Amino acid sequence: MSQFEQVASEQERKLAPLSDGLKLIECGLDSLSFAIIVARLEDSLGIDPFSAERAVDFPVTFGDFVRLYEGFAK
Amino acid sequence: MPSNPRSLWDSITAAGPPAGSLYGVGGRVALAELAHASILGGRLEELRGRSVLLTVTDQLTAALAIAELDGVAQRMVLSPPGLAAEHLPAVIAGAAADACVRDTGSSTPGRDLGIGISVDARARLEPHAVRRASTHETEWILLTSGTTGAPKLVQHDLASLTAALGDRRPAPDIVWSTMYDIRRYGGLQIYLRALHAGSLVLSDPAEPSTGFLARAAAAGVTHISGTPSHWRRVLMSGAAATIAPRYVRLSGEIADQAVLDGLKAAYPRATVAHVFASTEAGVAFEVRDGRAGFPASLLDASGSPVQLRVVEGTLRIGSPGNAHGYLGEDAAAFPRGADGAIDTGDRIERRADRCYFLGRQGGVINVGGLKVYPEEIEAVINSHPWVRMSRVRARRNPITGAVVVADVVLAEGGAPPAPEALERELLQSCRQSLAPYKVPATIRIVRGLEVSAAGKLVRPDA
Repeated sequence: MSQFEQVASEQERKLAPLSDGLKLIECGLDSLSFAIIVARLEDSLGIDPFSAERAVDFPVTFGDFVRLYEGFAK
Repeated sequence: MPSNPRSLWDSITAAGPPAGSLYGVGGRVALAELAHASILGGRLEELRGRSVLLTVTDQLTAALAIAELDGVAQRMVLSPPGLAAEHLPAVIAGAAADACVRDTGSSTPGRDLGIGISVDARARLEPHAVRRASTHETEWILLTSGTTGAPKLVQHDLASLTAALGDRRPAPDIVWSTMYDIRRYGGLQIYLRALHAGSLVLSDPAEPSTGFLARAAAAGVTHISGTPSHWRRVLMSGAAATIAPRYVRLSGEIADQAVLDGLKAAYPRATVAHVFASTEAGVAFEVRDGRAGFPASLLDASGSPVQLRVVEGTLRIGSPGNAHGYLGEDAAAFPRGADGAIDTGDRIERRADRCYFLGRQGGVINVGGLKVYPEEIEAVINSHPWVRMSRVRARRNPITGAVVVADVVLAEGGAPPAPEALERELLQSCRQSLAPYKVPATIRIVRGLEVSAAGKLVRPDA
């Protein structure tokens, strides 16, 4: 969650209050911001769920996004 | 009857015996000694009229062999150190090499590669009665340091290689040095300059910067050249002050403002010049005002032997220093346009009366469909006082295809700020001067960055 806030402030974007059901498309971040979040999460967590061999369901909501990383980390 | 072609030896002895010397790691050779001595064991006549592959390790040996071979060999292939053995057969076939000059005791080239004549270069000059008669207009083949695949064979001759030389009067007080290998274009230019006027201190890849600088200083170096990456290494060595040159030259990569300022600070009394040259296009121009980029007035200037144009965003150069073509199967790929000028592939942006290099056409990173030139971002990062050098590269990304990330080497000495604080500062300055998609997603502080044998920053993605 802090990554979202950090990147939003760097990109000078207004982040909507984060909740499980918040649609990513409506959270206030553009695709470049997401790209940066994914790159930094890979650095800090050591995982990139999108690079997995198996197809991933592209997350739609913030909750999906968090679960994608949780599911991959397990 | 055409007169015999004028060889390199003829040219450097035109005003009498040359006064200069060549300095290698192993010692010094006075150029005048070559009049009656040979590094080829006196076997030069066996190589007359042949296509000769010069594949020796030591630069001093190569320097002496080149001076012997020009005007004698029909073709001379300058194989740079570090040429991968797997590329050698293609080079030999492309150049139709039927002779080679190699290190004594070397095992690879020679009969097993289908070359009939192998001459072992000697460890030092030996007295021989050598006939220095020039009978051939020797074709010089340089190998390009391509980022991928096999090297290309670039055709030059003594006329194209010396087109940018200017004043050739002997100047015994000038001592040149180059951190380039002389078998690459940038180093070869310095070799030819030094042989015509003064002396030359050769580098050695196994020698640390401090040792090289000490040797150059001992020889009294006055003029010295290298790539921006070479120079950053000198500035990082803490031994930059070992030498006190009058002329400092950068070429081979984009010289950004930070490295120019760093050199001006380290050598306040020197002329710091950056030169644009490529193996294919030759030397195009030299900029001495201490600023990155070059004056737009150089473009489309009439009456100059070197014609510069920007067509479709890239720099085109038409000049007597242009190479003649690629030898062998790459011939059709030679980047000469319909107007006869060479397309350098270097992208140029004009801002007011100045032109700036954006980077190589092929080095573009694509971030969500937007083009990013790594060099543009590196120039911003390198302008930070704690940064010595940086490399911007693409990192695959599921959202935008790629994002830009930066590896940063800190300047030496003092107590640098904490990495997190520095990363914040660097991101801040990138955000101030670059579009958002050009700002690195991550910045990593690293101990060093790989510099290739050609003295250029290694770009794994390029």
